[in-house]
Amino acid sequence: MRLSDSFFTAIEGLKVNKGRSALTILGIVIGIAAVIGVMAVGQGAQSLVLQEIQGLGSNLIIITPGGSEQKEGRPSISMGVLSAKNLTSDDVEALSRKMNVPYAQEVMPVVMGSAIVTYEGQEKTVNFIGSTANLPQVHNRFTQEGRFFSDEEEKGMARVVVIGSKIKEQFFGEGNVIGERIKINRRSFEVIGVMEEQGVREMQDIDELIYVPISTAQKQLLGINYVNSIIVSVDSEEFIDQTISDIETTLRIRHNIPNSSNDDFTITTQKELSETIGIVTAIFTILLSCIAAISLLVGGIGIMNIMLVSVTERTKEIGLRKAVGARKKDILIQFLFESLLLTLIGGILGIIVGCLFSWGTSLVFKEILGSSWGFILPLNAVALGVGVSVIIGLGFGIYPAQKAAKLNPIEALRYE
Amino acid sequence: MMIEAYNLKKEYRNDSVVTVALDGVTFNIEAGEFVAIMGPSGSGKSTLMHIMCFLDRPTSGIYKFEGRSIDDLTDDELARIRNKRMGFIFQSYNLLPRTTVFENVRLPLIYSGLKKEIEDKMVREAVKQVGLSHRINFYPNQLSGGEQQRVAIARALVNNPSVIFADEPTGNLDSKSGNIVIALLQELNDKGHTIVLVTHEKYTSEHAKRIIRILDGKLVSDEKVINRLYAKNNKELIK
Repeated sequence: MRLSDSFFTAIEGLKVNKGRSALTILGIVIGIAAVIGVMAVGQGAQSLVLQEIQGLGSNLIIITPGGSEQKEGRPSISMGVLSAKNLTSDDVEALSRKMNVPYAQEVMPVVMGSAIVTYEGQEKTVNFIGSTANLPQVHNRFTQEGRFFSDEEEKGMARVVVIGSKIKEQFFGEGNVIGERIKINRRSFEVIGVMEEQGVREMQDIDELIYVPISTAQKQLLGINYVNSIIVSVDSEEFIDQTISDIETTLRIRHNIPNSSNDDFTITTQKELSETIGIVTAIFTILLSCIAAISLLVGGIGIMNIMLVSVTERTKEIGLRKAVGARKKDILIQFLFESLLLTLIGGILGIIVGCLFSWGTSLVFKEILGSSWGFILPLNAVALGVGVSVIIGLGFGIYPAQKAAKLNPIEALRYE
Repeated sequence: MMIEAYNLKKEYRNDSVVTVALDGVTFNIEAGEFVAIMGPSGSGKSTLMHIMCFLDRPTSGIYKFEGRSIDDLTDDELARIRNKRMGFIFQSYNLLPRTTVFENVRLPLIYSGLKKEIEDKMVREAVKQVGLSHRINFYPNQLSGGEQQRVAIARALVNNPSVIFADEPTGNLDSKSGNIVIALLQELNDKGHTIVLVTHEKYTSEHAKRIIRILDGKLVSDEKVINRLYAKNNKELIK
């Protein structure tokens, strides 16, 4: 039997009861679409999160105060991060020296806090970041108007501020801001720059931050002399491990720590963070995919059910085909082709629906969060969708097809 | 010898009840014969027919078609012989309702692995022989009963079989349509096809050259038809 004959025979078979075929296909469409949709959204969300972490700047090592409870394997978030006071400007200076940490490109201390910002009667509580002048290079965030503060301004405790694009919108609207003076905690600061729009990262809207020199932040806004974290950037990924151990050595000497279990700081790298988040999102994706797969299973049972009905209805046709010379194999292939066609049509439609779903979800995310993964056509999910529908077509089609192939032609011909 | 049947027996077992459908039937059929197998319903003639056309196997006895014994052949080989060497006509036509006359007639050929052009030619030739060329793209439900049975005859002869088995081919037809069908069978026999016709009508059976009578699973008579009937004006009737 020619392949084209098998194909057209299968199409004829499906056309017998169009409504029924369509409903059966719908079952597969829903199943495949659910799997593809969940996988695509999962992958998209994962890549979004990873991209955001990478957006912090590549090859970053983050040092936070307070020891980590878990020394081996993955870092856990230390509870001491915000309260510990044992990272200081002297540590920053020690880490900046090339003889201590040769591969460090930039070393940037960070303090964070919130302050009340006022301008011409408007008042708002705003999160600020105090850092050194190298923040744009470390984080890949640059100014769209004006400039970032300089080393001299940072050392000189200058009262200058660089504001996020949303802060500009809220306080100044479309007007000029460079050179304007705003009050931060009742002290007057000169606005020297506006940052580029960045969107949401790590659950916080970067465009609503303001940036001041760290010395100014420590002395005039916070009244502290320690730092919240130190970020070290490295030229190339291959030096990260070396740099981590250099940092550890330097800090242990400075803090008089005999061995690693007494560390009063925690070192996190982006790679570790990415891996941790990658694993978490992958687990979620797998879990959701499993649930979606159940609907696919139900769709498959629908196929089997319909094919069994079809075999019974067409008993006489099967008898006739056998009488005129169809072998068991020919009948088997005919019915397998039919179920395969059902699942393939369902699979292709399901892939389309699933992609539309994930595309729609990415749009919704964009609307809500202001940032999204854009639309990624998940090629592996498409391959999986086609593969799975073929397997379902064959798997759930084989029993009805065998039943058809085994029919006794005499009884089949007599069947009314 | 085209068909050799020796002491054929067929029993059906249903729980503990054994029904004997054929009880030792022996006969031969030579190429070119036109044999009517006659008997009332329940006589075993259908069972005999099924064994003769390789759809069923006897419980005991020897059955050979063109010298090949049914016992030596696998199911696939039987299917191949049915496909290449035999044609079938049924009482209820058994056409596929949603396919055209052309596709219905082509049905045996899709299992025989021929080239498409050859297939096309064979189908058109067979449809022409039964005088339905003008209906070749019609669907069965657009045809009369007589025309449907002629489509079935075209299907039976499309693969140029050596023998055509016709199981009560006129059973569902009015006498005029029945006459056309019988005339076609006689015509095919004249062209060299062996015809085995199963019927319970005396009138129909007298169009054959030889009548085998079956009763209660036994062969009761096997004789030549002395005053053979001929379905007349076949060409006229079809037009």
